Amino acid sequence: MIVSLEWLKDYTEVNVSPEEFCERMIMSGSNLETMEMVGHEMSGVVVGKIEKIEKHPDADKLVVCQLNVGQEELVQIVTGASNVFEGAYVPVALHGSRIPGPLHGQPKVEGGVKITKGKLRGVVSNGMLCSFSELGFEDKVVPVTQRDGIWILEKEYPVGTDFAETMELKDAIIDFEITPNRPDCLSMVGMAREAAATFGTELHHPETKCEKEEGDVNDYISVEVKSDLCKRYTARVIKDVKVEQSPWWLQRRLIHAGMRPINNIVDITNFVMLEYGQPLHAFDINSVAGAKIIVDVAQEDEKFTTLDGTERTLDDQMLMIKDAEKSIGIAGVMGGLNSEIEETTKTVILESANFLGNSVRTTAKRLVLRTEASARYEKVIDPNLCKEASDRFCHLVELIGAGTVVGGCIDIYPNPEEAKTVRARVSRINNVLGIQLTREQMVAYLTSLEMKVEGEGDEMLVTAPTVRQDMEIEEDVIEEIARLYGYDNLPVTIPKGNNEASQTYERDIKDLARETMCAMGANEIQTYSFVSPKEIDKVRIAEDSWERAFVKILNPLGEDTSVMRTILTPQMLEVMGRNFSRNLESMRAFEIGNTFMDNVLNPKALPYESDNLCIGMYGKEEDFFTLKGVVVELLNKLGIRDIQFIAESEYGVYHPGRCARIVAIHMAELENGPAEEEVELGIMGEVHPEVADAYGIGTRCYTCELMFENVTELANTTKAYTQLPKYPAMVRDIALVADEEMTVGQIEAVITEAGTELLRSVKLFDIYRGKQVEEGKKSMAFSLTYRAADRTLTDEDVQAVHGVVLEALREKLGVTLREM
Amino acid sequence: MQAKLQQILEESKAQLQAAASVQEAEDVRVKVLGKKGALTEILKSMGKLAPEERKELGQAANQVRAEIEELLAETFAKLKSAAQEAKFREEKIDVTEPGKTVKLGAKHPVTVTIEEMSKVFKSMGFTLTEGPEVETVFNNFDALNAGPNHPARDWTDTFYISDDVLLRTQTSPVQVRVLQSQEPPIRVFAPGRTFRCDTADATHSPMFHQVEGLVVDEGITMADLKGVLDSFAKQMFGSETKTKFRPHHFPFTEPSAEMDVSCFKCGGRGCRVCKGSGWIEILGCGMVHPNVLKVGGIDTEKYTGFAFGVGVERVAMLKYGIDDIRLMYENDMRFIEQFK
Repeated sequence: MIVSLEWLKDYTEVNVSPEEFCERMIMSGSNLETMEMVGHEMSGVVVGKIEKIEKHPDADKLVVCQLNVGQEELVQIVTGASNVFEGAYVPVALHGSRIPGPLHGQPKVEGGVKITKGKLRGVVSNGMLCSFSELGFEDKVVPVTQRDGIWILEKEYPVGTDFAETMELKDAIIDFEITPNRPDCLSMVGMAREAAATFGTELHHPETKCEKEEGDVNDYISVEVKSDLCKRYTARVIKDVKVEQSPWWLQRRLIHAGMRPINNIVDITNFVMLEYGQPLHAFDINSVAGAKIIVDVAQEDEKFTTLDGTERTLDDQMLMIKDAEKSIGIAGVMGGLNSEIEETTKTVILESANFLGNSVRTTAKRLVLRTEASARYEKVIDPNLCKEASDRFCHLVELIGAGTVVGGCIDIYPNPEEAKTVRARVSRINNVLGIQLTREQMVAYLTSLEMKVEGEGDEMLVTAPTVRQDMEIEEDVIEEIARLYGYDNLPVTIPKGNNEASQTYERDIKDLARETMCAMGANEIQTYSFVSPKEIDKVRIAEDSWERAFVKILNPLGEDTSVMRTILTPQMLEVMGRNFSRNLESMRAFEIGNTFMDNVLNPKALPYESDNLCIGMYGKEEDFFTLKGVVVELLNKLGIRDIQFIAESEYGVYHPGRCARIVAIHMAELENGPAEEEVELGIMGEVHPEVADAYGIGTRCYTCELMFENVTELANTTKAYTQLPKYPAMVRDIALVADEEMTVGQIEAVITEAGTELLRSVKLFDIYRGKQVEEGKKSMAFSLTYRAADRTLTDEDVQAVHGVVLEALREKLGVTLREM
Repeated sequence: MQAKLQQILEESKAQLQAAASVQEAEDVRVKVLGKKGALTEILKSMGKLAPEERKELGQAANQVRAEIEELLAETFAKLKSAAQEAKFREEKIDVTEPGKTVKLGAKHPVTVTIEEMSKVFKSMGFTLTEGPEVETVFNNFDALNAGPNHPARDWTDTFYISDDVLLRTQTSPVQVRVLQSQEPPIRVFAPGRTFRCDTADATHSPMFHQVEGLVVDEGITMADLKGVLDSFAKQMFGSETKTKFRPHHFPFTEPSAEMDVSCFKCGGRGCRVCKGSGWIEILGCGMVHPNVLKVGGIDTEKYTGFAFGVGVERVAMLKYGIDDIRLMYENDMRFIEQFK
């Protein structure tokens, strides 16, 4: 809501600086968007009268004006404007003056432009005649009659006087942010009510009486309301209308409120709309067929041309203003071109009506036509304002002599809005705010907002003016008291009682995983929860995979963000590609984030959400096994130690020979006692070259995606001490020759099984292929550590077990010791 | 014999003085005191001498031996330290060469900020809670007193999955979940992702994070709200920080407020960060609207509460001087590593 501070002073006193005014209004609940001081940017600009105009001797498009600026001699100024005439009063920027600008065709300069005398085609010009825009007015507020050429004042003013002073241009323009619960503040009267309550000043309502009324409105027109989308319809008539320019004070008000003056009738409708927040509309009675106004919905597919000259297609939900034959306006949105006020208009019908906010909102939205009026109706207007606003219009018409007011008012208002009374308790208000105000203090605050307070003792029965439709419950009264008392004056306390802070176990595990990943040199990334469905194709996920069970957004910003992600890997690849393209030689990153799956079994339920952890890396130092090392260490840190990596060649994301499913073995409590159970934790591998290529990663890269829910389920962070070994260990290194297909995992499994409890660890320390090894075979060297908990092992002890191990390897896998 | 002893002593002295290495000194020792050393030979041969002569010569020989041993010890000590010094000289390194990398990873600035806030709220007895990112329209709007015509429900503002399901536009639906599942006293905070139909630019992102807070108990006042949030501001932005509460409107709180903090860059004098005002808007808050408490079946006469919501990216951007929110989701490693 744009408020001209000078205009606001018409309704209540303001005795503070604009800055202090804003500050205190903010603290009482009117939040500030901007505050701008206007009319202060010009100096040395005076009112002048053009006494004489002569042609420029050497230029067809220039004229030489002699101006009376209150000095003994006339001042000569050359201008190119074509709208000047002898006897016109104009703004004159004398030599040495400063105007806000911009000058014609030039950009606006901070601090304005200095005007100096000079010669134009050889003729002396001692300054400049100014247009609206040269004096700093935005194009959108320049009056229609003044858009080309010099600003011609609408009447005589004392020559030589300071222009800004004489035209009362100095003002503070304040833009307040009005929250949706306070549509009453979208009006000058509403803002004045707030100001009066804030500063303890008196509120003066606008004058609405007319001195003289002639005839009876019912002799001119009739009104019929056929739809309940219209809550109230009032109509008055003005005759003997003279459509002309408004007086400057009225134009200035509109200009400072950001509106363009058009003509006196239209200007008054806008002025009253700004005063009350009640849109008004004026029709030329000659264009209303049958002198009858009918309020009814449009016909489906009806065509209608609005004031702005655009033809629009309507539907049967849209409320229209019609006459006996045709539509003449879209209710609450815009009038029709066919009933516009023109210079020849002699008799005007003034509509001041209340239409349902939702209906106007829907109509405006469907037509993509949001107007000052529709914006106000959308926010819900008090229907009790119709009559007052209409009367105010008539008062102003009479005041500026724009016509003669016809007596009476047609008012169709089947269900008048009545003021609500809210019960509030003094004790409750104090308890909620943590203060000790008396009833009298509270009543004073409420009364300053024009609320009526009845009841006695602790009980207050508060009746707010009907414009305050937000006053519904006790808490609303609490807020009124709080904001006028001042939030800053409320005490500062800490809530009683002791709560022990905690967080869920799941969150603990997530935090631990994050810390661990960072400790292993991975940076955390965060990517959007929504992705393009095409990402899944890009990572070569098979057609009917669960990864395609997308939760779809009905109204996405674009296809790129149209489905919720089912896995994190595609975005990790995207981030890797971005970093690669920015010439980062290596990177190691992870993301812990939500993934989403359509709840196929129960479409009514929310989708299934679960956390995944994704790791990505590329660079000289990275390979499958550095990634595997990171995954193992992470899982170990989370207490998951029994992990298997099972070769996988079918998952499209990965190199078919370099991919593993990650499975944890854990003891599950089953029906017939504890048993080993395999739990799938995720998948990892070297990214398929086609996938890497699709993401612009020009090097081998590796990713892993863990289903973090499963990880969390198996995680165990309890720690226990195991006694350090008391007796020495014996180590046996063996080199085995095996077929190329034999895996380390197979060999380790056999060794572990045969090694009894004396075998404490098996470690691969070398794999060799080459000269001494037969073609198609490889040599693998393992280090086996034996130790007993209760004695020092003898050579014989170890030899016995070790022999069994070697035998098992030979028998079960056909693997033999390498001949050294 | 005496003369020979003297000669051995003189020669040993000269040789030891000339010795350039431990080995050379050791050679001298072997040559004189070793099994077949010159002095050892003399001592061995003394058995053949007459007792008188033996005693005299024995004393002289032992004295010479003692002298040589002392000399040897000195020489060894000197040479060893010289050798060590030489080794140290040789092994001198350039300590300004770069260290061998031990790289820690960095958390994302959003995480860093959430963790910082979490620490503050936990210190005040708040329990961390979470809710789903895909929410019901009921929890996100209706239960939070945002009626069927609330503008935020528009398809132009909110992402919908169906008529009843959406991407939550705020973390406030966690309030609803907590109120429905817990009894007062309640003191929780909930960090998480939120979504709104904003095209990404320097200051907007269709996805961002909030931290929600909710306190419900007997006798909770608006003064308590001020106390908790003032303390939060001081812990987050420094103990000198001042707070200002301005009236505002949210459907789910009444009275509602916005909290500004004195600019932590300029201390309130006015600068680019606070756009000259000295204050920075940080969060929205208010007393929980009775309609919201009622959704959780809470007795609004007995209990009151307050709630608040902080924008995580906004705080992170202000604190770290990040000028474009899109940097947060580009995940350039060089950006993230700045938050180590």
